[in-house]
Amino acid sequence: MTIKETQNEIIDEFSMFDDWMQRYEYIIDLGKNLPLIKEEFKTDNNLIKGCQSKVWLQGEQNGDTIVFTADSDAILTKGIIAILIRTFSNQKAIDILNADTDFIDEIGLKEHLSPTRANGLVSMIKNIKMYALAFDAKKN
Amino acid sequence: MLDIQKIRTDFPVLSQKVNGKPLVYFDNGATSQKPQVVIDAISTYYQEINANIHRGVHTLSQLATDAYEVSRAKVKNHINAQFLHEVLFTSGTTFGINLVANGFASILKPGDEVLVSALEHHSNIVPWQMLCEKTGATLKVIPMNENGELIMEEYDRLLSPKTKIVAVNHISNALGTINPVKYMIDKAHEVGAAILIDGAQAVPHLKPDVQELDCDFYVFSGHKMCGPTGIGILYGKEAWLNKLPPYLGGGEMIKEVTFEKTTYADLPHKFEAGTPNIAGGIVLGTAIDYMNEIGFDNIQKQELELLNYATKRLLEIDGLQIFGTSEAKTSVISFNIDGIHPYDIGTIIDKLGIAVRTGHHCAQPIMNFFGIPGTIRASFSFYNTKEEIDLMVDAVKKAQMMLS
Repeated sequence: MTIKETQNEIIDEFSMFDDWMQRYEYIIDLGKNLPLIKEEFKTDNNLIKGCQSKVWLQGEQNGDTIVFTADSDAILTKGIIAILIRTFSNQKAIDILNADTDFIDEIGLKEHLSPTRANGLVSMIKNIKMYALAFDAKKN
Repeated sequence: MLDIQKIRTDFPVLSQKVNGKPLVYFDNGATSQKPQVVIDAISTYYQEINANIHRGVHTLSQLATDAYEVSRAKVKNHINAQFLHEVLFTSGTTFGINLVANGFASILKPGDEVLVSALEHHSNIVPWQMLCEKTGATLKVIPMNENGELIMEEYDRLLSPKTKIVAVNHISNALGTINPVKYMIDKAHEVGAAILIDGAQAVPHLKPDVQELDCDFYVFSGHKMCGPTGIGILYGKEAWLNKLPPYLGGGEMIKEVTFEKTTYADLPHKFEAGTPNIAGGIVLGTAIDYMNEIGFDNIQKQELELLNYATKRLLEIDGLQIFGTSEAKTSVISFNIDGIHPYDIGTIIDKLGIAVRTGHHCAQPIMNFFGIPGTIRASFSFYNTKEEIDLMVDAVKKAQMMLS
């Protein structure tokens, strides 16, 4: 599935919810079900320091795609990480670099990706792109 | 007894809805809301007397200067300073602390010591660290106990003739603890040290008497006491202000400028370089008048009632822990719920219209002391109500249910 297709799928899922509570309950569930990052990857090196919640992100090459795993100490942040990982993991570096995150706005979570929100998510996206840039550069 | 419902109508922002819910504003520790008189005074200034001050001979400039200086006199009376020129306008607490810390660079020598406390806001830590780096002095920290109270025996032990300045807050922003500043001031003076009191969190709740306290410096911001942002006060004893070098160079702070040498203006202008926040300065006076009209006795009574009620109600929640349990505290409650990140609670209750602060409150050493990433901080003002506390408690319970 392409990044765009995954994003459209997520938009579809969120369109079923009537209010913010259902949306948030779903995000909390996603957060709880996010596969655990390997302990060895939960290093200071992989730590993205938001002002309030911590985010760890690890990217690994798998053939011509990148696999991302991540974690956070806050469950809502973790839920949104799950959405981002579903979107960007197992994708090619070049596609990750070219993708946008406008769908977050469409599922009513725009405020969580605002640069003024101190939750580490904006930096997480930046780091996902940095991984992609690094892998892409290595390939060339 | 205050008529809270009537007072609430003074604050236009309080009647609005947020996320479809009535706003419950419990982030007063970050900044207070502004009454209509303050909002009006800002536009009146710009509509009627806007001009640069202390410069022009024209009428508007004179009117603006008079209003600015009248406000300085209000502040002087409010904090009971001995002289008008001991009251300096700044942009806020942080600026005041930096001004003093910078001035002490010309006084400190390697081996000297600067004392701060474990309860400080970053803005009363970092300027002193920078000062120590610059001068070779050593920064020492007065520790606190599990209740979030400074340990006075340790303070006494840390004080010595090497101590040149002590910097401590009157009231902790993160926990609400009221520090025994009078004792600390007297003790600092016994060893010949100066002492700066960060009053940012105190001035919304009480009227500091700088002569009775006998502190050398007292700093605070206008925006936490119903005034506008970008204006604050540095009170300094005349002798100290004469001793410290100017912080910023520029217009207004000079007596005479030649390329060979500049002589500085007298107090307070020596420390007020450049065009100041004129509107802010004038309107700070309006805010102080407003608060005095309500009366600090009334304010304290109302806030104590809110603190006690909220403490009781919050402790009904399973797994809720309050950080900062001193007997002497203002209307601030910092808390966490077992197993839930404060950010998650804050985000959910925001959706329910409740505005609180979450995070480390610019006081990371306090969070490290308790071994937590942060807290949820509800800080109440005299315009808050018990009904609002009920709404917050319901919202926190709902968030807990969703997040567990």
